[in-house]
Amino acid sequence: MSSPQPATPGDPTPNLLQTMDYSIVQQCMHCGLCLPTCPTYNETGRERNSPRGRIALMRAVADGDLPLSRGFAEEMDYCVGCLACQTACPAGVEYAQLLETSRAAGEQAGLLASPSRSVYRWLGLRLLMTRPWLLRLVARLVAIQQQPAIRKTLYRIGAMWLAPKTLRDLEPLAPLIDPPFSDARIKPFESPRSKPVARVALLTGCVQDIAYARVNRATVDVLLASGCEVVTPRMQSCCGSLHAHNGDLDTAREMARRTIDQFDWQSEQAGPLSFAQLDAVISNAGGCGSHLRHYGELLKGDPAYAERAAEWDKKLRDAQEYVYEAGGWQPAACLASSAPPSPAASPAAKPRLTYDASCHLCHGQKVVNQPVELLKRLPGYQFVPLGESDWCCGAAGVYTMTQPEQAQKLLDRKLANLRIAKPDVIATANPGCMHQLRLACREDAELAGVRVVHPMELLAEAVSN
Amino acid sequence: MNQASPSPAPTHRRADHVLIERLRAIVGGDNVLTEPIDLAPYAFDGTAALKQTPACVIFPQQREQVAPCVAAITQAGVPLVTRGSGTGLSGGSLPIDGGVALVMTALDQILAVDTANLTIRVEPGVITQRVDQEAAKHGLFYPPDPGSQKISTIGGNVAENSGGLRGLKYGVTRDYVMGLRVVLADGQEVWLGNQCVKDVAGYNLKDLFIGSEGTLGVVTEVLLKLLPRPAARRTMIATFAQIESAAQAVSDIIARKIVPCTVEFLDQMTIRCVEDYASLGLPTDAAALLLLESDGHPAVVEEESAAMRQALSDNGATGIETAETEEEADRLRTARRAAFSALARVSPTTILEDVTVPRSELAGMVRFCADCAQKHRLRIGTFGHMGDGNLHPTFLTDERDADEMHRVELALAEIVTETLRRGGTITGEHGVGLAKKPFLRQQLGDASYELLRTVKRSLDPQGLLNPGKIFD
Repeated sequence: MSSPQPATPGDPTPNLLQTMDYSIVQQCMHCGLCLPTCPTYNETGRERNSPRGRIALMRAVADGDLPLSRGFAEEMDYCVGCLACQTACPAGVEYAQLLETSRAAGEQAGLLASPSRSVYRWLGLRLLMTRPWLLRLVARLVAIQQQPAIRKTLYRIGAMWLAPKTLRDLEPLAPLIDPPFSDARIKPFESPRSKPVARVALLTGCVQDIAYARVNRATVDVLLASGCEVVTPRMQSCCGSLHAHNGDLDTAREMARRTIDQFDWQSEQAGPLSFAQLDAVISNAGGCGSHLRHYGELLKGDPAYAERAAEWDKKLRDAQEYVYEAGGWQPAACLASSAPPSPAASPAAKPRLTYDASCHLCHGQKVVNQPVELLKRLPGYQFVPLGESDWCCGAAGVYTMTQPEQAQKLLDRKLANLRIAKPDVIATANPGCMHQLRLACREDAELAGVRVVHPMELLAEAVSN
Repeated sequence: MNQASPSPAPTHRRADHVLIERLRAIVGGDNVLTEPIDLAPYAFDGTAALKQTPACVIFPQQREQVAPCVAAITQAGVPLVTRGSGTGLSGGSLPIDGGVALVMTALDQILAVDTANLTIRVEPGVITQRVDQEAAKHGLFYPPDPGSQKISTIGGNVAENSGGLRGLKYGVTRDYVMGLRVVLADGQEVWLGNQCVKDVAGYNLKDLFIGSEGTLGVVTEVLLKLLPRPAARRTMIATFAQIESAAQAVSDIIARKIVPCTVEFLDQMTIRCVEDYASLGLPTDAAALLLLESDGHPAVVEEESAAMRQALSDNGATGIETAETEEEADRLRTARRAAFSALARVSPTTILEDVTVPRSELAGMVRFCADCAQKHRLRIGTFGHMGDGNLHPTFLTDERDADEMHRVELALAEIVTETLRRGGTITGEHGVGLAKKPFLRQQLGDASYELLRTVKRSLDPQGLLNPGKIFD
C-alpha cells in the first residue's frame, strides 16, 4: 500500500480524486459494517455496489491502479447517496464528500456525457437552478399548465406533444407548484407575540419554495411559537446541494457564496440580516440542510469565504432539531384540539401518524429522534412507528430520473412498510421525500387517502388550534 | 500487517480463460466477475494494509454448484480462497493474486429449524445475526455474537471459529456446530458430525474444519445447536481507579460461583476516546471500566446481579451503575459498543489486535500494553472480553508513516512475546490468516506446528485451498 501517485505517466493533469485529501479514503478500514445498510449492495450483493467497494474504487483511481472510466462514473451514479453508510461507519468516513468528489471527477472528464444529458444538465443545474427569478417565472407558467382544466385541454389539442419526450414523461411526475411563494407568505422580519428569546434566519430553498411554500410558512409559525424572531431574506437561490450531489462542485461553490452573501457580515451593524446577531440559520429540508452544514469544507480553499463558511456551519440547524432543543414550542391544550378528522378522546380513534425519516436528515445531519419526539407530543394524533423509517424511499434527489429502476425498488420496499403501519398521515422533512410519497400513495389502493405533510405543518396546526 | 507476504508459491497457475469459461458454465455468466473494476472491491477483507487481486470472483447460486466449482479450480491447479462478507480481521479471506475467490453470500437459505432437537440448519452465506433472529422466532437463542454479526456470514464464523461478547458463559462458534457439509479439495462432498449430542463414531473431523480458515475445505451447510432464550437480563457498569482491582473484582465474581454472560473491559485510553466521541459522562480519570451482564431466569438474574454488585464494591469500584430499564441497559452498553468506533476515528489506520491470556494474567497484560505504547511512542487503546481474557489492543496509527509503522511492528512483537510468556495465545477469535502467521511458530514450538502441515498435506495435497494462510 502506498501513498497516492500524482498521476499515471503521460497524463498531465491529475483528476480530482488524485488531488483530494487522501486521508479520507484511508479512513475506511473496509470492515464491512456499511454493507447491510446499503440499498444497492442489498439489491445486487456485489461489493462494487457497496460503500466500501466504491471507496476501494476511488482509492484505486487515486492510486492510478484503475482508470477514471465510464464504468467508474456509472457506479458513482448508481449510488443512492442516502448516506446510511455514514451512520453505520465505525470510523467516521466522510462518504458524502468522497461521493461528491468522485461524481465531480466523472463530470469533469465527461464520462457520462451525451448530447441530451448535457442539455438537460445545463438547463437544470446551470440555467434554472442558479437564477431564482427564472425558476419562479417557470414555476408560475407550470402552475398555469398544471390547472386541471388547462392541462386537460393541452393534452386534448395535442399541444403537449410538442414537448420533447423526456419532458413529456416527466410532466405527470412534476411536483405541484403551489403559489404564492415564500416571499409573499412570509414577511422579511417577523416577531413573536412574547418577548423574543432568539433570532433565527429561515432558508426557504428552491423546490421547497415553489412547491411547498406553505411548509416555509408553517416553519415560521412554529419558530414564532418557540419565541424566535424570524428573518427571511428575499428571493433566495438554491443552496447548491443539487449541484454538489450531481458532480458540479464549481457551481455548488458559487451558490454557497451567494447564500452566504444574503447576510450582512459587517458585524457592527445590527440590522435584521446581520449574521452576527443570528442565533441560528434554519433549514427545513433534510437534503439541503445536510449540504448547508458543510459549506466550510466546500469553501475551505476560497480565502475570501473560508472563514465565513466555517462560521456559517456552526449556526446551521435543521428546523426540527432547533425547535426541539429550543423547547419553546408546545401544542395548544388538548381540549382545544379541533382537528377535523377525529377529536375523540380514545387514542385508537385518533388519526394514525407516522414519520418517514429523510435520509439526509437522519444519516447526513444525524437528526434522528427530535422529529419523532415532537410529533409524539401532538395531542390530535396517535403516533405509529414505521418499519425501516431510515431506509431510503428512492427519491434521493434526482435518483428517480437517473436510476428509475432502482428507485422503484426502493419505493416498493417503502410502500410495503407503509402498508404495515397503516397511517392516515405521513410526516417527512424533505421536499423530495414528500413528493415521492405523495405520488406513490395516490397510486396505491391501500394508501390512496393518506395525507403526506412536513412535520412543521402539523406542529404549526397544533399551535394555531 | 504487511510483513507477511501473501504471494503464492510459484507452482500456482493463474485462472485462465478455459477455467473461467468452465466456471461460467457452472454458476452462470452473471455470477462470474473478471473486469478490473469488479475485482478491485474484492482485493481485501477487514484487515488493515493487505491487498491481493483475484483473477476472478464467483458466486455459486446453489449448494450443488460448489463441488463442481472446487473440482474445476483445483484440477486447473489454481488457488482458491473462500469468502463470505469479507469482514475477517486476520487476512484469512484475502484472495490470492491470480486465483479464484469463491464468494458464498448468495447461499443464504435457512434450511430448517428443529424445535424438538433445538437445532438450526443453514447455508454458509446466512448472516450471523439472522441465525439468532430465526431462533428467536421460536423462543430459542444462538449465543455467538462477533462484532460484525450484522454482516458476517455463518460460514466465515465457522472458518474462523469466531467468538464475541458472551464467550465466558456461552463459549464460541465451535461450541454450537453439530454438523458440517464440506467440499474437499478434489470436489468430494462429505457430511461431518451428527445431530445427536452424543456422537463418537470415528475421529471428530468436524472440529478439524472449524477454525481451519478455508485451508482444508469449503463449508456448504452448517447444523447449529440452539439454546432456550434467556428470559431476563441485567446490565451494569463499574469503574475502577486501578486496573488490578477491576481484574480482581472479576476473579471474585467467578470465585463466588457466578458466571456472568458478559464481562467487558475498557482501558483508560479507550474510556477517554469513547467519552470524546459519545459524551456519556464517563469518568475519564478511571483506569478501567467494566460492563457486566447476567442473564437467565429472572430470580437467578436478580440474585446474581446483587452478588456481582457486592463483589464490585468489595474491590473498590469507584462507581457502579445498574440499569433499571431496557433503555438504561442500552445506554450502558453504548460505552462498550462505541469503543471500537471511538478508537477507529482517531487516526487514519486502525490495527485491531487479538491476543488472549488466562484470566489471571489479564491485569498484568493490559498494563504491559500501556507501557509498550509509551515505550514505542504509540497510541494503543485496549478493550476486550475480560471474562475470557481476550484482549483487543488497538493501534491508532497511519500506514503512510513508515517510521511509526516500524514501531508498531516492534510493539506488536513484544506484546506477542509477553502474551506467550503468560501462557496465552496469539489470537483468541480473529484467526491466524496472514496477520499472525509470523508468530504462529513461536506459539507452536513443539511438533504441533509440523502436525498442522501434515494435516494440510493430506487433505489438500496440491496446496490450493487458501494457500499461504496460517503457515507456509
